[in-house]
Amino acid sequence: MSQETTIDARNTFCPGPLMELITYMKQANVGDTLELLSTDAGTASDVPEWARKVGHEMLSSENRDGVWHLRIRKAK
Amino acid sequence: MRILIVGGGTGGTIVANNLARRLAGEIRHGGVRITMLSASDRHMYQPGLLYVAFGQMMPDELYRKQQSLLESSIELHIDPVEEFLLDQKRVKTAGGHTHEYDILVIATGSRIVPEEIPGLAEGGETFYSEAGAVKMFKALRAFQEGTVAVVVGVPHKCPIAPIEVTFALHDYFTSRGIRDKVEIKYHYPIGRIHTIENVAKWALPEFERMGIRYETLFNLKEVDAKKQIVYSEEGTETGYDLLVAIPPHRGMEVIERQSLGTGGWIPTDRRQLKMEGHDDVYVVGDTTNLPVSKTGSAAHFEAEVIAQNIASEVKIGAPVCEYDGKVYCFIETGYDSATYAMFNYENPPELKAPNKAMHWFKTSYNKMYWTSVRGLL
Ligand SMILES: Cc1cc2nc3c(=O)[nH]c(=O)nc-3n(C[C@H](O)[C@H](O)[C@H](O)COP(=O)(O)OP(=O)(O)OC[C@H]3O[C@@H](n4cnc5c(N)ncnc54)[C@H](O)[C@@H]3O)c2cc1C
Repeated sequence: MSQETTIDARNTFCPGPLMELITYMKQANVGDTLELLSTDAGTASDVPEWARKVGHEMLSSENRDGVWHLRIRKAK
Repeated sequence: MRILIVGGGTGGTIVANNLARRLAGEIRHGGVRITMLSASDRHMYQPGLLYVAFGQMMPDELYRKQQSLLESSIELHIDPVEEFLLDQKRVKTAGGHTHEYDILVIATGSRIVPEEIPGLAEGGETFYSEAGAVKMFKALRAFQEGTVAVVVGVPHKCPIAPIEVTFALHDYFTSRGIRDKVEIKYHYPIGRIHTIENVAKWALPEFERMGIRYETLFNLKEVDAKKQIVYSEEGTETGYDLLVAIPPHRGMEVIERQSLGTGGWIPTDRRQLKMEGHDDVYVVGDTTNLPVSKTGSAAHFEAEVIAQNIASEVKIGAPVCEYDGKVYCFIETGYDSATYAMFNYENPPELKAPNKAMHWFKTSYNKMYWTSVRGLL
């Protein structure tokens, strides 16, 4: 069964949203979806760039009330 | 009231000493008992490992007896916990003992897991353990020329270490007069050279000035120790003559085995520092899943909040403060200069220009740490 996990990386500067995502991605199984919450403006471009390079699937990216919600599926 | 602290490192020791002072009267009258269970009778000042790796400190300078750091009213047992029975408010130890508690503080820290990256343990040097730091120093001494690759596993404690070790490598080879024969190449997991934006902005021109090459978006996949090549998840590779690695970390095995948290990281409330779903369990330091850096500094500020709140729960039945995400990190920028970064959940770090005075302050802190964990600073 694939799982959906939310990572609350709002208001953090270190280790920061992408580093948090990488940590959780390592713990996830192929097929799992991770939803990353971030208030860091750079996240909206950093995360898709990383996902594309590594080969994970970006499912969605939207800003709701100043919080980025990015959903990524672990593909490998 | 039985307060049980599991783990006698930076966080656990500060919670214990701070509490012992705040509750001295209650302890004297028998109303409160503080017990600490730890896995080692020696306490290591872990930041000193970086100096050991460059021959600037000897390993024996890193340790003090754990008992000598604790207030005399604290009962210490060197007997690691093997089972957490949270619903029964008790833990079981390797020595076969059971300890009951009213309030539990989990402070078991984190461990390095180089074995998660195939070939890393065989092919890489690391300074994240005493044996590793000594071995790395010997490898550095023997090194005459070639490429030194610095690589970084995720997650890792002390997020500033990758930058510090890189500057230290530059200064080390410069002082030996062979910097022109050594290429230093730094690799970092995300899209800039440090996760803290202001650190990245400041370090980039420094790297350029020192001739340090770098590659970002480089997550360790595997190391071919024979061919001396390190591969990234992103599909790139770097050939090396010496590989210096910040290894990936996990929480302690017992935390994973007992299903207290994936990866050994315990789900912890950001501000109250209580384990999610457990009003009587506090979590401090590296083993939390908090989105703050795994540093002694974070552990210290968290420990003060926890001690203050446990003491106020004993005295007035309610907690009085919250953790605001505060971290203060020294950043060694070479052999004789340093700066610092201070931040919390709301305010990003601003960096001051590195200077000699900060370096001497950090050098003094290497000794002051012992006063700090005793709760006197
Ligand atoms: C090379 C290096 C450089 C660093 N530099 C810095 C720096 O410059 N600034 C900074 O702030 N931080 C730095 N750190 C990080 C800092 O040392 C840690 O983040 C800090 O020690 C974490 O404190 P802690 O209490 O969570 O864990 P620790 O201090 O690691 O303590 C964990 C304790 O738990 C005990 N334990 C483990 N398992 C059990 C068990 N089953 N039962 C009972 N007890 C158990 C252990 O014996 C230990 O006493 C550095 C670390 C390293 C390795």
